[in-house]
Amino acid sequence: MHLHDGQIPEEYRKYIGRKFVFLLLLCVSLLIALLFSISSGAAHISLTDVVSSLIGLETSKKIEIIVWNIRLPQAISAMVAGAGLALSGAVMQSILRNPLGSPFTLGIAHAAAFGAALGVMVLGGGIMTSNSMGAVQITNPYLTTVAAFFFSIATAAVIVAIARMRGTTPEVMVLTGVALGSFFTAATMLLQFFANDVQLAAMVFWTFGDTARASWSELAVMSIVVTITGIYFFCNSWNYNAIDAGEETAKGLGVRVERVRAVGMLLASVLTATIIGFLGIIGFAGLVVPHIVRRIIGSDNRFLLPGSFIGGALMLLTSDTVARLILAPHVLPVSVLTAFIGAPVFLILILRGGRK
Amino acid sequence: MIVDIHHLNFAYRDSEILKKIDFTVKPGELLAILGPNGVGKTTLLKCLNGMHRASAGTVMVEGVDILKMRPMEIATKIGYVSQKNEKARLTLFDAVLMGRKPHIRWRPSDRDLKIVEATIRHLHLQEMSLRFIDQLSGGELQKVCIARALVQEPKLLLLDEPTSALDLKNQVEIMLLLRHVVDYHHIGAIMTMHDLNKAMRYADSVLMLKDGKVFSHLHPSLVTEQMIESVYGLPVEIHNINGHPMIVPKDSTQNLCC
Repeated sequence: MHLHDGQIPEEYRKYIGRKFVFLLLLCVSLLIALLFSISSGAAHISLTDVVSSLIGLETSKKIEIIVWNIRLPQAISAMVAGAGLALSGAVMQSILRNPLGSPFTLGIAHAAAFGAALGVMVLGGGIMTSNSMGAVQITNPYLTTVAAFFFSIATAAVIVAIARMRGTTPEVMVLTGVALGSFFTAATMLLQFFANDVQLAAMVFWTFGDTARASWSELAVMSIVVTITGIYFFCNSWNYNAIDAGEETAKGLGVRVERVRAVGMLLASVLTATIIGFLGIIGFAGLVVPHIVRRIIGSDNRFLLPGSFIGGALMLLTSDTVARLILAPHVLPVSVLTAFIGAPVFLILILRGGRK
Repeated sequence: MIVDIHHLNFAYRDSEILKKIDFTVKPGELLAILGPNGVGKTTLLKCLNGMHRASAGTVMVEGVDILKMRPMEIATKIGYVSQKNEKARLTLFDAVLMGRKPHIRWRPSDRDLKIVEATIRHLHLQEMSLRFIDQLSGGELQKVCIARALVQEPKLLLLDEPTSALDLKNQVEIMLLLRHVVDYHHIGAIMTMHDLNKAMRYADSVLMLKDGKVFSHLHPSLVTEQMIESVYGLPVEIHNINGHPMIVPKDSTQNLCC
């Protein structure tokens, strides 16, 4: 081959540079959103106090408690969950070659809701109490979490197993996911029909995804899962790019398409199941954030995955902050806000994209 | 020899698709695989780079049996241009850069980027290098796919129906491009084709498949009307126009549809 007289085009370097600038801007926005989120709430804390407290300078006892015990865990939990959900959506959309790929379209969220309902009703996790803040809590939340997690993973495993038998094609995986989703929705309805008032309330309440549910130890588990799966996904971004170019092309480039699909699907499900299990169902972030990022910087997974990761964190943190403030002193579950904020943004992008 | 295929068999479930296929390709040779729909042309192509596991036989590329190699190793020796190519929101440069994937460990080196740039320039695509490939025409996209296979630095190029979805001008351009690539880089290329006239005009040799076996393997000028009738089940005439053989179905073919 005689291909060694090449020059690296300057425009290409600039083009790649612009993508890095975009990622950097997202990081800066995230940092600003984080500081703002911690400073605002029922008790306002000045940004100076927030920064002092975060970097360990001395502040008042009250500020320490509000920042470290209430607002920071919730903010980090929103960021970790948003990053994880958006990343798992981006990966699913890519490996399934389907713009609707997300934990919802594939029935994983429905399975989690069923698991939680089962945990509440049959396994006895369902006695609710009210604490002094007025919020409802589920006693024995770990049982519910584990049940939700188990059913999500089982669903993903069934999807992958059926795909293995019938050929790991996007069609088989998506259709299996849709079928399982309907199945679990019906199963949840069946449980709800036979549940008593308290259990029914607990089941419905569980599905309102809420970032305030996670304590530091739960956050640690979520963060570890997000980190490990995140590294795996970033390492595979070339493989996902190749699959985007077409299955045969990817195989021609030496990618083991079936294996990459099955492992990606399983890990994306573990990631989603962990987050949903701890926080409840948070919709739309996983579907819409990757699409927004794709419209801005294109579908190159080397940038799309980190972009979705940071963008997801930013979106959920912003939604979460708005959810806490918009009807203060009432606190809305963030899951209500994600679609309220995400859908209009998304529609605007679709309309603008259509004019080109 | 770049490729030496010996007694290759392929079976799908219980039916034998390909039986005892033998042929070779030399450096600088463009081979066209011909035959009716469903005879196994694409299957044969996919057996050559391990996308389908041959049930028996060997495929030696530069003396090494590719059926014993890992997919990533095969991809450093054999480039594959699929008939199905998806459009993505990816720049032309990045789409071609993907062909370096078998050589890239973590991130593309300067050498990778230089090879991509040179290839894009050789194929006269540099003006479009930062366009998204979902904005390209069918002919341009096909060139991108060939460029992607070329930057793999393959010894052998496999192409599945490289001109099937293109207009006349693009068909000729792609065939001239393939001719140039094979001559210039001195690699082997194997393509499946339905367009007999293009195959006869641009290929160095044609391999005709019938009933899963090699019916004939010869220089295009040696193809006879009887061979084509036997393979395709259709009477034809071969005319010589300006030194190019032209295959024309006989008039009696009108009766076929009734």
